[in-house]
Amino acid sequence: MDLGELYQEIIIDHSKNPRNHVVLENYTHEAEGYNPLCGDKVHLYINMDNGIVEKISFQGCGCAISQASASILTQMASGKKLETIVDIGERFRDVLTNNSSNTDDFESLDALLGVKNYPMRIKCATLAWHTFTEAIGSCNKLHTGDKNE
Amino acid sequence: MSKVMSSLAVNTKIQSDFPVLSREVNGSKLVYLDSAATTQKPQCVIDAITHFYTNYNSNIHRSAHTLGAEASIAYDSARAKLAKFINAKHTSEVIFTKGCTEAINLVAYSWGRKHLKNGDEIILSEMEHHANIVPWQVVAKETGAIIKVVPVTVDGILDLRYYKDLLSEKTKLVSLIHVSNTLGTINPVKEIARLAKNYGAKVLIDGAQCGAAMPIDVQDIDADFYTLSGHKMYGPTGIGVLHAKKNLLEEMDPYQTGGGMIKLVDFNETSYADIPNKFEAGTPHISGAIGLGKAVDYIQELGWETILEIKQSLYQYGVNRLKNIDGIKLFGHKDEDTSVPVFSFAVDGVHPHDVATILDSMGIAVRAGHHCCQPLMRNFGVPATARASFSIYNTKEDVDVLVEGIKKCLEMFS
Repeated sequence: MDLGELYQEIIIDHSKNPRNHVVLENYTHEAEGYNPLCGDKVHLYINMDNGIVEKISFQGCGCAISQASASILTQMASGKKLETIVDIGERFRDVLTNNSSNTDDFESLDALLGVKNYPMRIKCATLAWHTFTEAIGSCNKLHTGDKNE
Repeated sequence: MSKVMSSLAVNTKIQSDFPVLSREVNGSKLVYLDSAATTQKPQCVIDAITHFYTNYNSNIHRSAHTLGAEASIAYDSARAKLAKFINAKHTSEVIFTKGCTEAINLVAYSWGRKHLKNGDEIILSEMEHHANIVPWQVVAKETGAIIKVVPVTVDGILDLRYYKDLLSEKTKLVSLIHVSNTLGTINPVKEIARLAKNYGAKVLIDGAQCGAAMPIDVQDIDADFYTLSGHKMYGPTGIGVLHAKKNLLEEMDPYQTGGGMIKLVDFNETSYADIPNKFEAGTPHISGAIGLGKAVDYIQELGWETILEIKQSLYQYGVNRLKNIDGIKLFGHKDEDTSVPVFSFAVDGVHPHDVATILDSMGIAVRAGHHCCQPLMRNFGVPATARASFSIYNTKEDVDVLVEGIKKCLEMFS
């Protein structure tokens, strides 16, 4: 078994130094994804404007795969069209769980494709992407840092 | 046996009893360190189940033919073996269930709902498995009873002083785990039961981890209810035991109803069978009970002296080697006289699931997660741990392989 395929350097780097690992001061969408079987958590905060993901961040805890995947998601999504990210997310899940091989525009997400050979870990890799889908379906309302809102 | 054979020979013999241990996982010899989740099965248990289905598969207690008689005798004799194994006063005090979870649910449903009232108190502990928390929460909601919790100290043991303070005239039930599935701590259940009885409270002991760990004497412990899990003591899954005192079982209502648990049925009224049948509605897990009976034979043929010697030496060796790794934290295990070889640990900078995957690549099977003990994980301040649990078929070399694996985890994430 080649562990290097799963724990590529880029994955370990993202898990140890997660990008966009804050709570946005202003966000329009958010959702928390939780896997009760393994305890992985990913909380996404998204500020969307006119169909564009202006800013996106996350908080969470869990294994290297789940947190790296969330970190890569935020890095990729920032400034992109919502539909582009939704499309990538759907194809990413498809590549891992079905026999699809359409990995166009996957960028750093390519590093997570090794998970395909670890069926028990696929849910870790897809958690952030499921959470993204859930977040964009959430109430479209501006949240601010003001707790008395 | 231990006096005649060298310990190495005993170990080799035991290993050869468990066929799965000869397989390879990811190119390495399997090192199975997940026996607290489920033990592997010796060939004799596998054979007993196959023999039943091959030669005398039949329903029990209701067929006059030869196969029916053979199956009934085998099922009843499994119950008698279990009763002797835990030193029950009466064979009829042994109820076959799906496992500990069902046994606890049975008590919660049939005893708890009848006897617990608004304001009564149920004492549990922070190291309980979810199976000994959730059934009581449901009953507490229904009856208005209140759950009190004995905390676990930083050393991974129950805070007995706190327990004594919790006990009062309001205490109606104390329900505790005998051996922690997460920490390996052996709780002083006899003393706990004695103290509860001073207040007239009933006592349930969850013995899920005990069948393969130590001799059990339910009369000596003197709990009202004691549960066993078959698949954690070399038996098949889907079978376990509830032991309860005869007078309690007789006055409790049935848990499930249907065939097999009745005396007379008409559409107005039904009279129930005597114990144990009253609590075994429907066709029971016949092959499971027979397999579990064979597992008991296996344990007794090995003998507790041999089993305890192997486990204690694995414990000592394991705790010494694990403690000396820089970069891991071992939970519990400050009191080495009262532990079984179950080690929960955290590896610095490496999440337990990544630990489990890296170890698996070396053929080592460990559990990663909350071990159905979320309250205990909160106490430790971690979402999850990795757990290595050893059984009689493990060796010191398995400990060495584990240590090597943990060092590899540290290296990969350094």
